[in-house]
Amino acid sequence: MPNFEHPEYPEATLLHLESMVPCRESQVSSLLSIFGERQHFSFPSIFIYGHTSCGKTYVMQTLLETLELPHVFVNCVECFTSRLLLEEILTQLQSLSSEKKHGSHVPCDTFNDFVRLFKQEIITQDLQNQTVYIVLDKAEQLREMEANVLPGFLRLQEMTDRNVTVIFLSEIVWELFRPNTGCLEPFTLYFSDYSIGNLQKILSHYHPPEYSADFYAAYINILLGVFYTVCRDLKELRHLAALNFTKYCEPVVRGEANERDTRRLWKNIESHLKKAMQTVYLREISSSQWERIQKDDGEPGHLKGLSAHAHVELPYYSKFLLIAAYLASYNPARTDKRFFLKHHGKIKKTNFLKKHEKTSNHLLGPKPFPLDRLLAILYSIVDNKVAPTANIFSQITSLVTLQLLTLVGHDDQLDGPKYKCTVSLDFIRAIAR
Amino acid sequence: KMVLAQVVYQGKNDSEDSGLRFATCQLLWKQINSETEKIQEELNKQLFDNLIHFLRQSHSELQTKKTEWMCRMKSSEIPTAALVLGVNVTDHDMTFKSLSEVLQDNVTPYVVSLQAKECPGIKHLLQKLMGQLMDCNVDVDSSEEEECVNISQKKIRCSMASLSKWYESVTKKTDSETPSKKRTSSSRHWQSPPIVVIFKDMESFTTKVLQDFIVISSQHIREFPLVLIFGIATSPMIIHRLLPHSVSSLLCIELFQSLSCKEHLATVIDKLLLTTQFPFKLSEKVLQVLINIFLYHDFSVQNFIKGFQLSIVEHFYSQPLSVLCCQLLEAKKRVNSLSHNQCENIRSLPSFRRYVESQVSEKQIALLTEDSFLKEVTQTLLEDLHIYHENYFTVLRCLHVFTTSLPKYPLGKQIRELHCACLGKSVWETEEYESAIQLLRMLAKDELVAILQKCAEIFISSSGKQFSNTVEKLEEFLARFQNLEETSEVQDVSVSSQKELQKTTDLYHLQKTLLALKESKRSKKLTKFEMLRFEVVDFIDSLVRSYLAPAEMQTLNEVVYFNTANTLREHLNAAPRIALHTALNNPYCYLKNQTLKSDVGCISNTAPDICIVYKLHLECGRLINLVDWLEAFSTVVTAVEGTDPDAVATDQVDEIIHARFIRAVSELELLGFIKPSKQKTDHVARLTWGGC
Repeated sequence: MPNFEHPEYPEATLLHLESMVPCRESQVSSLLSIFGERQHFSFPSIFIYGHTSCGKTYVMQTLLETLELPHVFVNCVECFTSRLLLEEILTQLQSLSSEKKHGSHVPCDTFNDFVRLFKQEIITQDLQNQTVYIVLDKAEQLREMEANVLPGFLRLQEMTDRNVTVIFLSEIVWELFRPNTGCLEPFTLYFSDYSIGNLQKILSHYHPPEYSADFYAAYINILLGVFYTVCRDLKELRHLAALNFTKYCEPVVRGEANERDTRRLWKNIESHLKKAMQTVYLREISSSQWERIQKDDGEPGHLKGLSAHAHVELPYYSKFLLIAAYLASYNPARTDKRFFLKHHGKIKKTNFLKKHEKTSNHLLGPKPFPLDRLLAILYSIVDNKVAPTANIFSQITSLVTLQLLTLVGHDDQLDGPKYKCTVSLDFIRAIAR
Repeated sequence: KMVLAQVVYQGKNDSEDSGLRFATCQLLWKQINSETEKIQEELNKQLFDNLIHFLRQSHSELQTKKTEWMCRMKSSEIPTAALVLGVNVTDHDMTFKSLSEVLQDNVTPYVVSLQAKECPGIKHLLQKLMGQLMDCNVDVDSSEEEECVNISQKKIRCSMASLSKWYESVTKKTDSETPSKKRTSSSRHWQSPPIVVIFKDMESFTTKVLQDFIVISSQHIREFPLVLIFGIATSPMIIHRLLPHSVSSLLCIELFQSLSCKEHLATVIDKLLLTTQFPFKLSEKVLQVLINIFLYHDFSVQNFIKGFQLSIVEHFYSQPLSVLCCQLLEAKKRVNSLSHNQCENIRSLPSFRRYVESQVSEKQIALLTEDSFLKEVTQTLLEDLHIYHENYFTVLRCLHVFTTSLPKYPLGKQIRELHCACLGKSVWETEEYESAIQLLRMLAKDELVAILQKCAEIFISSSGKQFSNTVEKLEEFLARFQNLEETSEVQDVSVSSQKELQKTTDLYHLQKTLLALKESKRSKKLTKFEMLRFEVVDFIDSLVRSYLAPAEMQTLNEVVYFNTANTLREHLNAAPRIALHTALNNPYCYLKNQTLKSDVGCISNTAPDICIVYKLHLECGRLINLVDWLEAFSTVVTAVEGTDPDAVATDQVDEIIHARFIRAVSELELLGFIKPSKQKTDHVARLTWGGC
């Protein structure tokens, strides 16, 4: 007996659907009841939200495809202008029922055109008596398009006077969408995060054909034990599972353990997974490099991650410029006299103040400083005399392009540009050595 | 280049072979340039090979993943090469150019390079990307019909969907092409060539653009093989700084590091300067200027080579005798056809004068009066100079082998430092050399033997025949070291003394024997090995003294050595602030007008208005009262035009002077010395040198 009940569709289809969407049964059944029968008018717009990889896109796609509902699926990141978006929808609409895979290109500049063309297309495609679904994935991008696009889609059913439902998929809540001019409220539906049990169930669902489901489920259990605290992204977990599975199987392949010898298998894999968490998961080393290491059975120790190459070699004066910039960013200007003049007196007090100020200044982050101050500090920290040559100035500019310094408020060239130092204390320490 | 030609022609009158000099200069530069390109190619080869290997692998992995299950479970990441190139951004262009050439030749026709300033938004990025891709498609099969198609395609919206459609059509086309054509294309490129997108300056791209691009393309990665190359100037950490985890998890990043720029420079110096291949040489000071600019300012090998080029041009332009700065045989020929004028030029060379003075008087007269005799002598002197260089570089390398093995490197770690030390002055008179020799005398045996072997190799491979004796000597040393090993004598002395120690029982005697033992050790005769070591070091010392004499001591060195370091410094390490200050403060320096010559401190009235205004403003504080300034200006100016009592008495500034003042002030504003101030009416603010 299927969980889903619907007079429109045969039981076999519904059963199949259920097997395709584990842990999302309740959402699917409510969607099914909202959709109603093919010819029924549905909600004009449905807003579905939930965290990254909680199955929004996947569920929508499977649902629409298994039930063979006429639909259009668009990713809003990909169609970064409204024009691209509208044209993409029309093009997909064209290819809905016709044989050819790619519809011809339809120029469509405004939403008005879109409504007109959409109506035409519904008639030519002969879709008047069933609901057409338009799914807008990553709908948060819509907010950055023209102001009329989002309200327009919300009211598409009304404006076109056709049987159409627009479904928005987003990672953020509807409240952040609502335009201040007001609009038609969509029906909102929340996809909750998968629990650890759900993850276990979904991940074990697609087990490799060579191994039994139980064996793979045990593996997933270990994997989740290691990774669940840091990562709940299903996609990422699935990727990690695939990457490390061969290592897990190794004892079995070699004949040292059988599939039920969980303890031995766990011993074999646990440290390996922990290493993976520090390297592959953070993208310190790439997955293909990880696989290669596994294949060679080598230690990942010799392969240094991206962060290991943090040291940057700089020309002599660039180093001093950067140090000067750092000092200017984190020391208040009034202390300059005390730090950089030869005869300042009051050493005792200075030391005390320095300590006190340093901590607070590092919490506050870098402050902007004018070019002149940078150069003045530079002159005082470099031992020999520095001529203010063109090279020094171009070095400042190249430090800006390297993102080690940033230019703050560059509206007035004559006013003396202001900079900020963006590197960390560790970086400066490495440079100053 | 035409301008250059004119410049050289005008440089000195034509009796000084300016045409020939120009031709020589050009030829020389052409050779050097091709040499540098060759060096670059060789240095990059390793990196490029690695990259191509990476591309090949990432590609094949995309095509055939092990099992279908793996394929489905693993998220498809975009293969990405993080290419760390170092902070010498000026060199990168060259590297990327050759990289895309190499890739286009060996891997794929679809190579796109993007620069941050061209891509402020994702739209521009895609436009640029597609534009470059469609163009390179035309390159592959340039039939007119397709070009039309491409043009219409350009009008198509720039979306990834159309890109993947385009890719599909292109690969299909190459598959269905005539066999002959297919063979040519598939021999160079792979079956379905990847699209390589190079981000030249990763640091400058905005986060949004990069993120969007990666997210979009990751959705199409299964439709066409895309490979990204990030050009990184600082450190690969920047990837994590620019991209959040959700985006960087879409990438499969591998790290590649190019050769460090210092190593690159070392190779360039080795191949261009420490060789007799090119007749042109740099003097110590010039080389120091170029190296300092490199180390202190930009790390750019390109700039170093440009500076080298400038010194070549400058040398051929300013030195009439540079006509002889070519290969020895050719130079000898050219000596014969020198004009009288040029002979006089030779006679006036300081090094030649020194040479003449050292000759007997008859010969002196002949040298100074007979052109033909002079030419004869010049030929032999040129040959001597050539031989000097041959020996110099060989011995230099040999000495370098020694000095690099010393702790703390008293003579420098790099051969360029040693070269500079030897070029400038007699190196054996310096303290550093002294300490180096001291340290050499303490080398261990196996080290010494290894060094000697290396030296022998250097001498054998050198072209000079005059080193056959040296090689023999070195081999003899080596043989003797070998013998030492075989007949390592038992140190009887120490054994016996030890026995004595055991014999003595009372404290007094023990102390005495110990003291005696210590004494004997101090004055002990040197062991055979130590003797030999002394001999070796002395031998090296003698080599240095005879062959590493500074270049300035060589007769006719001015012909091949460029030594006006000041000119070069002015050109390459310009100081705009100082130049501007000099121009305004002391206009004579640039205008060369005698009336402008004036004492420091006083304000000349004949100077251009802007100079007067500038000098007056130097005396002011941060805010300058315009009225006072005008008053001072008019006082200075009217002082020139003779004392006109009426004008002063009226207390009214002449309109023309007023206009001149306004113009001068606005010129100063344009130059960035002052700006209008809102703090006080009728005041302007100084922008330079604080003006407290």
